[in-house]
Amino acid sequence: MSDSLVPVKEIEEKMETDKMWIIMGPQHPFSHGLWTLKIQVDGEIVTDAEPIVGYLHRGWEKEAENRIYPKIIPMADRLCYAASMTYTHLYCMTVEKALGIDIPEKAKYIRIVADEVCRINSHLMWLAAVGTDLGNLTVFLWAMREREYFLDLNVKLCGARMTTNYPRIGGVRNDVTELFDRDILRTVDRFEKAMWDIIALMDDSSIIVSRMKGVSYLTREQCANIGMTGPAMRGCGVDFDIRRDDPYDNYDKVDFEVPVLTEGDSYARYMIRIEEMFQSCDIIRQAVQKIRALGKNAPYRIKTPTKVPAGSAFMRMEDPRGESLMYLVSDGTDKPYRLKVRSPIFTNVSTSKVMCQGCRIADVPAILAQIDMCLGETDR
Amino acid sequence: MDTEAVYQSPSEEEVKTLLTEKFPEVEVTKTEARRVYAKLPREKVLEVCKYIQHNLTFEHCSTVIGVDYVDHMTVVYHLSNYYNGLMIELSTDLPADDLHVESVTCVWEGANWHERETYELFGIIFDNHPKLERLLTPKTYEFYPFRKSYKLRGSE
Repeated sequence: MSDSLVPVKEIEEKMETDKMWIIMGPQHPFSHGLWTLKIQVDGEIVTDAEPIVGYLHRGWEKEAENRIYPKIIPMADRLCYAASMTYTHLYCMTVEKALGIDIPEKAKYIRIVADEVCRINSHLMWLAAVGTDLGNLTVFLWAMREREYFLDLNVKLCGARMTTNYPRIGGVRNDVTELFDRDILRTVDRFEKAMWDIIALMDDSSIIVSRMKGVSYLTREQCANIGMTGPAMRGCGVDFDIRRDDPYDNYDKVDFEVPVLTEGDSYARYMIRIEEMFQSCDIIRQAVQKIRALGKNAPYRIKTPTKVPAGSAFMRMEDPRGESLMYLVSDGTDKPYRLKVRSPIFTNVSTSKVMCQGCRIADVPAILAQIDMCLGETDR
Repeated sequence: MDTEAVYQSPSEEEVKTLLTEKFPEVEVTKTEARRVYAKLPREKVLEVCKYIQHNLTFEHCSTVIGVDYVDHMTVVYHLSNYYNGLMIELSTDLPADDLHVESVTCVWEGANWHERETYELFGIIFDNHPKLERLLTPKTYEFYPFRKSYKLRGSE
């Protein structure tokens, strides 16, 4: 009986299928901002992908050329609302490097604390986004709840929740407030316990794990060559963290581990970010002890000249999302001649083709959630 | 690609000697802790970049930056080594009337979008780039907004 039927395989081979372009975005639940991902599909399999960005291009770098140096600090906050502290910090470091000045010890440790709080904020924001992308709304609510405690710390430190406007050229705006060290240690202790609930929610769910495990493999060499940085890179086996290998401020004086996994799949990138949050807690504890040891009256800011000597300087730092770099050219006036921002996501999102090729359409949100998209810094 | 000895993660001084010995045109202007600054003529960019990637183990291209100095333009490359945290800053000058330089996307795939961005904002043309199109600004733009000749409203 079966002889009369054409085998299914033969039908599949004879059938001609067309490749089709699907446009995801700019308004799509997975995009977390305004950008478009064009994917080419053959049946269910993604064969090509092309991101389209630029909806939010404000000409940030051009705007900066028409402002005096201190006025760029609040602008740097607006590069990315989730990582505002790190961008402001990076900008101040770049100008300090061009000026050739060294800032007080206390300011360096305060900046480390502020940066790590920012990193936890950003990673929790990412975790909430991953939760919704993979269909678990509880993770979203719990991660956002934990994030509020860290935003409260921001309020205590500098009076604002997200666009903090806190670091200054030559230090930080104000000293740590009274009882800030007590509050931050309590928050961190509490957070580490609460984190295990969220991890259980994610890792015990076979649906979530199976959508990330074994999806979107990248090798170490591929990953380095396509320019991917940050937690996504360390999930592919590149053992590199700028905080440890090219230290800025006082990161060489605190002790922490850099989580690295060699699996190279989507799940490894997820695990790296979770582990990084715990490492950030460790760094915060050490830095708070150092601030306490320096005493109340230690200087936290020095006066700096308004004009930067002619020349160029660059600094890079480990942003929550990867390597961010600023390049400053000065012509000796009080305004920068050129200020370039290297945003980690700008390069990470350009790798979507490599990451999505060979995966199914349903996996695309799960893969691109690991980039932790933020359009403010991508388009600038 | 000539296969000389592959130097595993050279230090700042080693990078300086290797680069200047191999390419006399390259001028190393400054070295400091984990940083090497060099200038080179634009004809040599691709060749030097290939050497840096293959022989000096610089696996990652951080940025490609354009700077408009009115009488000429400069393209700056930041190259990063994942083994010892070293960074090389290469800069090359282009005359204002001939803004062409060889693309390094074939060496580091990550330079692709940075070169596209530099092209659309400064009008610097990267030869042999796989897809040199506008990225952030609309495709209908016929000007290069980050040039110094393009003034912002209220800036003058």
